[in-house]
Amino acid sequence: MPVIDIVSRKNFSLTDEFMLAVVRVGAQVVQVESMEALMLIHQLAGSKQYIINTLPALGEVDVSGIKGKDAQDLQGVYQVWIQGAIGVAENGAIWLGESSMINRLLPFICEHLIIVLDAGNIVVDMHQAYSKTEIDKEGYGVFLAGPSKTADIEQSLVIGAHGARSLVVYLIDKEYKKAE
Amino acid sequence: MHDTKDHAELSVEFNKNESRVDWHDETLWFVRKKRDIAVSLVPEWEQLRELGSQIKNHTLSNLDQYLEEFEKRAIANGITVHWAADAEEHNAKMLAIMQSNNVSRIVKSKSMLTEECNLNEHLLKSGIEVIDTDLGERIVQLRKEHPSHIVLPAIHLKKEDVSDTFFEHLQTEQHNYDPQYLTEAARINLRSHFIQSELAITGVNFAVAETGGFVVCTNEGNADMGAHAAKVHVAVMGIEKIIPKAEHLGVFLRLLTRSATGQPITTYSSHFHRPRPGQQMHIIIVDNGRTKQLGRPDFRSSLKCIRCAACFNTCPVYRRSGGHSYHSAIAGPIGSILNPNLDMKANADLPFASTLCGSCSNVCPVKIDIHQQLWKWRQVLAEEGYVSGSKKAGMKGMAYILSHPTVYRVAGKMARWVLTYFSSIVKIKSLNPWYRQREMPAAPENSFRQWYLKNKQ
Repeated sequence: MPVIDIVSRKNFSLTDEFMLAVVRVGAQVVQVESMEALMLIHQLAGSKQYIINTLPALGEVDVSGIKGKDAQDLQGVYQVWIQGAIGVAENGAIWLGESSMINRLLPFICEHLIIVLDAGNIVVDMHQAYSKTEIDKEGYGVFLAGPSKTADIEQSLVIGAHGARSLVVYLIDKEYKKAE
Repeated sequence: MHDTKDHAELSVEFNKNESRVDWHDETLWFVRKKRDIAVSLVPEWEQLRELGSQIKNHTLSNLDQYLEEFEKRAIANGITVHWAADAEEHNAKMLAIMQSNNVSRIVKSKSMLTEECNLNEHLLKSGIEVIDTDLGERIVQLRKEHPSHIVLPAIHLKKEDVSDTFFEHLQTEQHNYDPQYLTEAARINLRSHFIQSELAITGVNFAVAETGGFVVCTNEGNADMGAHAAKVHVAVMGIEKIIPKAEHLGVFLRLLTRSATGQPITTYSSHFHRPRPGQQMHIIIVDNGRTKQLGRPDFRSSLKCIRCAACFNTCPVYRRSGGHSYHSAIAGPIGSILNPNLDMKANADLPFASTLCGSCSNVCPVKIDIHQQLWKWRQVLAEEGYVSGSKKAGMKGMAYILSHPTVYRVAGKMARWVLTYFSSIVKIKSLNPWYRQREMPAAPENSFRQWYLKNKQ
């Protein structure tokens, strides 16, 4: 069996490269210095809309309630917050495991998706991503790169095909303040 | 799907609208250029291609072992595994799953295999309508057409066509040609289908033997919307979709989308390993001629294909003849070496729909020697008697002339004489098909040989 002997690129800023890749796939990325700072942002998101948070660090999570919802129940979801496990610098993709999304429909059925990622979990390329991911640990997982999109009409790019219309990635980066 | 017209005749129809052909040609070339840019950003690209090719070769040589390993692990994961020898069996098993679950609301994301098996038409006979959910596929389904490209199903259409189709079927505003507006209309309409769906069909991009799961890649999110909403998920795959290990996904996901559209990865690369609680997950593994192709030494490597369509986008013949001219589920150069295996007689024209320029082989992410196989198919087809008499006689005549120098010189002289003094004869289109889309060149005074003999000092 062939051996994968690709040497991953070195000597560049993983965070910068990842952030550029996220923007290139049509998403927004915001650096945040800590989870506490993110809590403020989360609170500002308000409560008028149907928002589902799956991160215990941001507030109470009703796991069994979220798990039990079907497409009918979730069709009005405006915003969903999910913890990402690994970010890939070469393409802006983020691995979401089933346990972090709680309900497989959530990253897709919501209008707007927010992913929280620790800057320390960024890897160079897909080879490193797979070496750090046990793809069959959970029943389902996805590498997600940007919002849903299509170019099926005359190759014109349209954001918001069937999945989320927008993606914001909050990158928790302790070094962020110092760098400023 | 196949009518009696061959590729050349169907191309004539496609070429009637010159500005549309130009648009088709330029748009696909633009996609090819995006591929080039994406590839240039990966310094190890050639190494990746070689790895992709080697992994696929290794897998094809041990296909039985990896398929059985996959089956064992998939069953352990709670997935029901079905085997189908051909399209008919695939369709029958699909119908049986639907009937045993008593479901009628069905959505399907992109699967070229279901196109190959004519699944939608087959199910309609039993009164079951499948809703295609990929935007391009939905457009062609509403128009009662078939995809003309395996990655860009509606690339043969303009936004005006889509607008007319949606006006008729989705009650959109007439003459609103805005792709954003039209896509939004499809989103709203298909959402209601997703929410109500009872069974979702998806294709499979890669099935991993060591983990017993499979990966589906989409940009729109339609495979996930379907699979996660419905209580039954049926994934269908050809036997060649298997790869041995999870780490191999790293190679193929890096190759696939860069080759297809120039994206670094699709928006969603979804890894399915177990059904969610209360859900049924099935996988139908289909042969449909693949083992036969595996047994043809000259053509077996065509099974390495990962369906990126880079060979379509770069092909000068595909870009100017359109996907429907190939009268098959898989058009383009790769289709032209896969389809004769399925039906030699019906697809004998396809290996000739090529200039043998080799661009397809150059862009192929898994290094399939596509143009060599096109050339080899021509010989097989001639031997088996599937080449028309006039083409055969022409080739034989040409071979005779080219292997007899004296005859060649006389023939050249005659040709120059006819071109100079009786050019009206060669401009009779029924006698000279070459002239139909081209001008005849002016005949030179001397042959190269005459010029060379005179000037060699």
